[in-house]
Amino acid sequence: MQKSLLIDPGKCTGCRQCEMACSHEKEGVFNPAKSRIRVFDFHTEAKFVPYTCTQCAQAWCMTSCPVEAITVDLATGAKVVNDNTCVGCKVCTIACPFGTVNYVADTGKVAKCDLCGGDPACAKACPTAAIVYIDADQTGFEKMKLWAAKTATGSAATA
Amino acid sequence: MSWTGKVLRVNLTAGTCKSEPLNREWTRQYLGQRGLATKYLAEEIDPKCDPLGPDNKLIMTTGPLTGTMASTAGRYSVVTKSPLTGCVACSNSGGHFGNEMKNAGWDMIIFEGRSPTPVYLYVENDKAELRDASGYWGKSVWDTDAGLKTAHQDPLLRVAAIGVAGEKGVLFAGVVNDLHRAAGRSGVGTVMGSKNLKAVAIRGTKGVKVADFAAFMKAVNDGKAVLAANAVTGQGLPAYGTQVLMNVINETGALPTHNFRDVQFDGAADISAEAMVAPRKTDGKPNLVTNQACFACTIACGRVSQMDRGHYTVANRPEYWAASGGLEYEAAWALGAATGVNDLEALTFANFLCNEHAIDPISLGATIAAAMELYEMGVITTAHTGGLEIPFGSAEALTTLTELTCKGEGFGAEIGLGSRRLTEKYGHPELSMTVKSQEFPAYDPRGVQGMGLTYATSNRGACHLRSYTVSSEILGIPEKTDPLTHEGKAGLVKAFQDATAAVDSAGICVFTTFAWTLEHIAPQIAAATGEAHTPASLLEIGERIWNLERRFNLAAGMTAADDTLPKRLLKDAAKTGPAKGMVVPLDKMLPEYYQLRGWTTDGIPTNETCERLAL
Repeated sequence: MQKSLLIDPGKCTGCRQCEMACSHEKEGVFNPAKSRIRVFDFHTEAKFVPYTCTQCAQAWCMTSCPVEAITVDLATGAKVVNDNTCVGCKVCTIACPFGTVNYVADTGKVAKCDLCGGDPACAKACPTAAIVYIDADQTGFEKMKLWAAKTATGSAATA
Repeated sequence: MSWTGKVLRVNLTAGTCKSEPLNREWTRQYLGQRGLATKYLAEEIDPKCDPLGPDNKLIMTTGPLTGTMASTAGRYSVVTKSPLTGCVACSNSGGHFGNEMKNAGWDMIIFEGRSPTPVYLYVENDKAELRDASGYWGKSVWDTDAGLKTAHQDPLLRVAAIGVAGEKGVLFAGVVNDLHRAAGRSGVGTVMGSKNLKAVAIRGTKGVKVADFAAFMKAVNDGKAVLAANAVTGQGLPAYGTQVLMNVINETGALPTHNFRDVQFDGAADISAEAMVAPRKTDGKPNLVTNQACFACTIACGRVSQMDRGHYTVANRPEYWAASGGLEYEAAWALGAATGVNDLEALTFANFLCNEHAIDPISLGATIAAAMELYEMGVITTAHTGGLEIPFGSAEALTTLTELTCKGEGFGAEIGLGSRRLTEKYGHPELSMTVKSQEFPAYDPRGVQGMGLTYATSNRGACHLRSYTVSSEILGIPEKTDPLTHEGKAGLVKAFQDATAAVDSAGICVFTTFAWTLEHIAPQIAAATGEAHTPASLLEIGERIWNLERRFNLAAGMTAADDTLPKRLLKDAAKTGPAKGMVVPLDKMLPEYYQLRGWTTDGIPTNETCERLAL
């Protein structure tokens, strides 16, 4: 079963535990600036939104890479950057519509979420379950359940 | 290890920024943050110096856990000599500024001297420079924050700034970072203003390491699990914030009302956590929009509120319609119960202003309450207030005086003196509800007896955060004690003071201690620093810090006579509630406390105590 990250901004408190878990896992340091998942703070609207790579099935980053440095991890479906191949041309950063692959000046390569090989550190660190790692074919399940509950109580029709 | 090993020394007189190594011997003796910066301050300034003169220094400091993944590890403190109290000041703040400082590669920033013109400090990792702030002088914290982000084209800049109140010498001006997190108490922002330092803007991308990542992650995850499973840190605080206390403390008969004339407030329910989440009668929306976490915090007690757009304070001011930092318990008490105002929206607006202009809502509300009492006595009249009527319970008086104080204008300049100086000016010093010239927070010590000793002996003047015995006396954490007896409170207060001094020096939030003991904290510090910290070693460090602060204050001119409470609390019995008929029997607690501390009967640490603590 393939899994996917599911992010619910409504549950996010803006604590950045995910950013630190990511930077620790990937860079061996606590450094939000190096995290591949980022929390955006829309403070006047009181919204905190974690955002990272959605692992597109037909990934623009992957297809645009001139040296085929981005490949699919068949176990997880993650689009993974091979540091040995990446030449730091940044074409993928332009191709990605979501901005979730970024150049790292320190290494001269790009970096993106690779789902930590199937055990994403961000989801484990999140204290409010705003980030969960679940069955990729059932990401709507919790939302369906909420609506199902309303249907059961007869309120959905008038919602 | 989790120290960067670097201190940034900024000489404002000369306009220089220099890097120097962190004193690692002192980090072992004083841990970090509160303890460490107090050690630097005590070594570097004359305790008798003018707090608003160039000889005072102002230190922004992180702890060993700041910037790590430990829950709540985003704290920093501002340490200086207080212009309000004349004592050592240490005001602690969350948000993201402390983490950014550590990520930029600095454990501590020491400001000395006084700049000839307004400046701000800009730090981008190793690069640090003073820049002209004349364009920001006279502006609010919020405008300064936005202006600096635009000027540097960097929305990720973290800014700590003062408002106009700090520039103009309001004695309880604070430093606000991340728009609504405050190093609020004791006038640390006033010191910043006296140095012509408007703001510190930091961008840090270097990261923070710890000594033993494997051991650290285990300790961090264990700690996070404990916070999540605890009813206070896992449920109460995220849902209701500290405001969960309003009704509880009122029922306990310990909610100081009308400048401590009363201990219960009729309007408590109107300004409580429950009121904040209930739909408003006016627009059907709740005051509270969401909770918010500071950096790394898995509790998330912060309040984010949105005003009723039709409320008289903001009806024609759309700049206050956006969501912003909402009421915490202390602010709601000071702006509300202390003044007798039960208009939640007026309190929220006043709180917004305190954040926008960086003043301490506790001292503000308490000082307004004293002014209101003097007004009711006919001592202060509309001739003094510029025509404004200021009886207890007037929301308009509260919001108008808040606006004036934020700008240091009109009668607001007198409120800006703080309660002790204001009541003295009008000939009634007995009405100042202060210790060492700092206003009380939100617990009447007649109903929570341990807090009487807490206030009287606090090293920064009246304060709940130096030993929050409410935790034991009301909430039963770590174990329940009777709030209506003074017996055993000397030992309780000392234990809380020592443990809290260690927590405040670690880079984490004191609210963790609703769930954590030092048993949970020590392994996190040990793994971060690579030093063998245990609960016992942390308590010893805490005791050392407490005595260091005490000795600073004694050298600054404080004496045992200052370890006291206003007559109202010592002589006038509580009129209602469970504590009805009670006063604070301070004379029964203080000698025992001195003895437990290893101090003389005059409250001076004995040579033996100083030697035992290697002071």
